[in-house]
Amino acid sequence: MTRDYLLVWIVLAPLMSSLVIGLLYLYSIKVSKVKNTIFTTLGLISPLVSFLIAFFFFIQMIGNDTTFFYSAYRWLGVDGYDIDMGFMADRLSIFMTLFITFVGWLIHIYASGYMRDDEGYGKFFFYFNLFIASMLILVLADSPIIMFIGWEGVGVCSYLLISYYYKDGENVKAGNKAFIANRVGDFGFIIALTMLFYYAGANGFDYVNLSHGVQNLSPTVLSCIGFALFLGAVGKSAQIPLYVWLPDAMAGPTPVSALIHAATMVTAGVYMVARFHFLYDLIPNVGLFIAYIGAFSALFAAIIATKQTDIKKILAYSTMSQLGYMFIAVGLGGYSAGIFHVFTHAFFKALLFMGAGAVIVALHHEQNIFKMGGMKKKLPIVYMTMLVATLAISGIPPFAGFFSKDEILLTAFASGNSFLWLIGVFTAMLTAYYMFRLFFVVFYSKNYNEKRDIHYVPKSMQIPLIVLAFGAILAGFIGVPEALGGSNMVSIWFENWVKSPLHVAHSTEYMLMSINIFVVFLGIVVAYLKFYNYDMKQKLKLSGIIYNKFYIDEIYDKVFVEGIKKLSIFFSLKIDINIIDAIVMGSSRGFIRAGEFVSRMQSANTRHYALFMLVGVSMASIYLLIVLG
Amino acid sequence: MADMLISYITLAMILFSLGMLGVVSRKNIFVVYMSIELMLNAVNLIFISLGRYYESMTPQVISMLIIAVAAAEAAVFLSMIVVLYRKKKSLDADLFTSLSQKDAL
Repeated sequence: MTRDYLLVWIVLAPLMSSLVIGLLYLYSIKVSKVKNTIFTTLGLISPLVSFLIAFFFFIQMIGNDTTFFYSAYRWLGVDGYDIDMGFMADRLSIFMTLFITFVGWLIHIYASGYMRDDEGYGKFFFYFNLFIASMLILVLADSPIIMFIGWEGVGVCSYLLISYYYKDGENVKAGNKAFIANRVGDFGFIIALTMLFYYAGANGFDYVNLSHGVQNLSPTVLSCIGFALFLGAVGKSAQIPLYVWLPDAMAGPTPVSALIHAATMVTAGVYMVARFHFLYDLIPNVGLFIAYIGAFSALFAAIIATKQTDIKKILAYSTMSQLGYMFIAVGLGGYSAGIFHVFTHAFFKALLFMGAGAVIVALHHEQNIFKMGGMKKKLPIVYMTMLVATLAISGIPPFAGFFSKDEILLTAFASGNSFLWLIGVFTAMLTAYYMFRLFFVVFYSKNYNEKRDIHYVPKSMQIPLIVLAFGAILAGFIGVPEALGGSNMVSIWFENWVKSPLHVAHSTEYMLMSINIFVVFLGIVVAYLKFYNYDMKQKLKLSGIIYNKFYIDEIYDKVFVEGIKKLSIFFSLKIDINIIDAIVMGSSRGFIRAGEFVSRMQSANTRHYALFMLVGVSMASIYLLIVLG
Repeated sequence: MADMLISYITLAMILFSLGMLGVVSRKNIFVVYMSIELMLNAVNLIFISLGRYYESMTPQVISMLIIAVAAAEAAVFLSMIVVLYRKKKSLDADLFTSLSQKDAL
């Protein structure tokens, strides 16, 4: 293939534009002002370029299962063991790349409207493009090491963007929290990489060689690697127990939340599990564990979301919940279902965040849903698109979320783990409930403040909403199950990845679907009864274990943060001062003492000097006498 | 011949040791100076006796040189003693300790 070098340009386009924007931004703050339009142009073109190149590869892949490789240069070469800066586009990575770049691009457009009055406009696009570039490195890497570069790059960018409004200490703290929680996950990833290298890396460290290398390993080793890798995924994709950073990550600007939740970052964990499918196929028990973690995360987040009041936090918990679904699927080996949900989720979650952002901007940065209300008349476009997104995430046919969620639940059901399936269905009901709670409170309700003025919402923020709304409606149709007369193009696209095709009778499928739709409607009806005519005047009861998120943050604070703090205080005040300093300062004091002793010999008394000489010469003479006989 | 050499060298060593002892133990600068001269001449004695023993002229030349240098040195040393005496009105060597660490501090 002669055009393989184009592969590297998918990554290079946003990377280079981010560098150029960064330099221009430095120029603009140090020398003279640079127009925002320049930042906008650069920042918006690069994801589009990536998308077009990715689309080019996508078209070539239709019909034949080719995998494109391109190795840009030798990154590491140690004694014949070489690691190239290599990129690989197979069906999974190109699929991810397509929607990352496309949804990312739409979010860029939206951000150009959302951030337009911000001082650090250029800086924002610098981070944004870098974020996309890191995510593309992660997805397109041909070896886990290169993937790790992107993995860390994503972590850094999320840190930078979450604490974007760095003047408020709380936001910086949220950024730190995200970064530290991710570091815990990265620790697992690094261990997994080391073990992979040690046990399976004999012939090279790219995925192709590793997939051969792991075949003959003992199940214990494989399980260890699988767990360690999954720890990384848990950190990045915000599952129990490392999810705590995700709600706090809402401290960043809304486009950042959209980007983190829809196109980049959190999907990395799901992608990683799917990418290492050759490993997880060998250890179904670990896969089951992953599925259970996913199911509990989904349920847990959904329960918390039902009581939150911050619009962005509700969406954050819903992301965590949806990611839980994806982990159920990939854990059970249903990679196509998991990635399909990643794909549809990217559309409706980006849409939800953008819609929330539009409402927040319109209400002058009000985030409490119980201070909104009646937005239906004020923001009709946002209302329509949010309705689409809410229906999609709830799983109402024919919106996107229905098909992917249905397929995941089908996978869970077919695997025989009916408990997983039950949790999934219950979570689906909760999802419908809390999403429509948000929707009814924000757009309907009564007795809200009529006289407030609405801030202008620019066109650049509304157009991406419309595009994404179409995406949220249509994205599901690429995976219509056979039971509904479709051909499920997603699972055909990933046919080589599926462990075993699902053997479920169509009648069972119909039954499952109707159960899903039924519980979702149940959730919606409950939300409708409680919140359609919600009285904004009534006082909120903000208490209870669910509102306080099960006190997990407080428990972590007490156990880990306080514990580590105490340990550091112990080390700094006890060990450091009493032992380390004692050794260091003691030796320096010893030298001073010795110096004082030696200096005392310099009495300037000539007779003493002569005596020292006499003694020294006598000693030397005696020594010579003894030695020479 | 060898017996003679050994007795000469023994004498030189005794003289040298006496001189060394004088430098170490005496306080008077004059006596210290005389002790140094004694050591110098003990070395001279060794040179000359070895020169006789090996029937060579080189040590004799060296010893002549040493005598000449010692004469020059005597002039410098004696004038220094005068200067030192003017400073402290004393010839006690222990008083001249201005370069000591104690004074520096």
